[in-house]
Amino acid sequence: MGKGKKIAVLAVQGAFAEQIERIRTLGAECVALRQKADLMQDFDGVILPGGESTVQGKLLVELEMLELLRDKIRNGLPVLGTCAGLILLAGEIGNDQHVWLGTLPVRVRRNAYGRQLGSFHVEEAFQGIGTVPMTFIRAPYVEEVSQDVEVLARVADKIVAVRYGNQLGTAFHPELDTDNRIHEMFLTMCG
Amino acid sequence: MSEDRYTLNKQLAQMLKGGVIMDVTTPEQARIAQEAGACAVMALERIPADIRAAGGVSRMSDPKMIKGIQEAVSIPVMAKCRIGHFVEAQILEAIEIDYIDESEVLSPADDVYHIDKKQFQVPFVCGAKDLGEALRRINEGAAMIRTKGEPGTGDVVQAVRHMRRMNSEIAKISSMREDELYEEAKQLAVPYELVAYVHEKKRLPVVNFAAGGVATPADAALMMQLGAEGVFVGSGIFKSGNPQKRAAAIVQAVTNYQDNKLLAELSEDLGEAMVGINEQEIELLMAERGL
Repeated sequence: MGKGKKIAVLAVQGAFAEQIERIRTLGAECVALRQKADLMQDFDGVILPGGESTVQGKLLVELEMLELLRDKIRNGLPVLGTCAGLILLAGEIGNDQHVWLGTLPVRVRRNAYGRQLGSFHVEEAFQGIGTVPMTFIRAPYVEEVSQDVEVLARVADKIVAVRYGNQLGTAFHPELDTDNRIHEMFLTMCG
Repeated sequence: MSEDRYTLNKQLAQMLKGGVIMDVTTPEQARIAQEAGACAVMALERIPADIRAAGGVSRMSDPKMIKGIQEAVSIPVMAKCRIGHFVEAQILEAIEIDYIDESEVLSPADDVYHIDKKQFQVPFVCGAKDLGEALRRINEGAAMIRTKGEPGTGDVVQAVRHMRRMNSEIAKISSMREDELYEEAKQLAVPYELVAYVHEKKRLPVVNFAAGGVATPADAALMMQLGAEGVFVGSGIFKSGNPQKRAAAIVQAVTNYQDNKLLAELSEDLGEAMVGINEQEIELLMAERGL
């Protein structure tokens, strides 16, 4: 599946090890992005993992990685953002002043399901794939999308997965479940 | 707690990895911590250094104060209850805390039993100074482990000792013959299944952070290089000269813990570190509470 592809995983904070392991399982080469110098190499796609978006966003700014990464995504680099990663991509955060990468024209709501007691696991339909397991940890959902954004999944009427050209975002964590299909879909996007 | 809920609780700890959890005593400190890049805050009335100085019995914080901190920040909020004090834990669950720390920093409420953490929906983190303690807490339902270290001292020696001990015990079990695991389970006073997990995966079944005595970016990077998956910083930040700058530097040090040049820059001009006390100078060893 991933053979011959080189995928970068943002590794400033959060569950990046899980993403790296998944990508390697699928046969792709994987590199961790911890600082600016790591962004100077070529890769076929980038994954923004779960974690705390405030921490990741702040580190992207302090480590001078934010603009470089934004340019790469704007120039067509395929990106998968899960949970905090989706928040980093979002053009607007309903309940937060920050905009981080801002490349994905959606409005998200952080901690949309409340505190940890609101975290949950379901299996729901994902467009083009079928029913997939979805783990939501203090998760966001998408409140609004611009008209050219494709909605890929909903849970209880709330949008939880979207695609906009080279950008794929999920409010849940495909890396925490054993199903590979969302990562495979992303690898297909990576040429 | 159902298996599903326990899995979700372990997974929240996975999201905190590579991050710094900071002790805060006011909403204002919580905001400073969040701005500096904390991945979670620990709400408590007094930081360990002050608990140590004040003496007496230390208990769970006022729920009103914890709620004030929950309102002030968007990152997860943790709070401490006393070892064995399951009613304090029930109260913390009632205010929807994100993680409960059943902590040796507070005065133990029970000198025999820990809380049966499987009776709760919210996750627990517990301290451990060796693998046996860690696996016993996990068996009771802890979804995350941290080294005990020695809280409120600014002395990292015990956190180092506990992390090294845990790692060497994990390495030992990993290299054992399978028929030796039964006796090892007996020695550690933990179920065979947990020992078998460590043998197979060469790691704890939950996320493991460093805690107790971390005061500088170098301390934090030291713990990460020794295998911690993230760091708790208690007294080290708000007992120092420039909390904002120190907190932000520790956050960056945890992300790039192997970049010596960056660590050098981060260690510059941080103002005064907490003075600290050496382990030989303290009378109360909190790490000996709750084995």
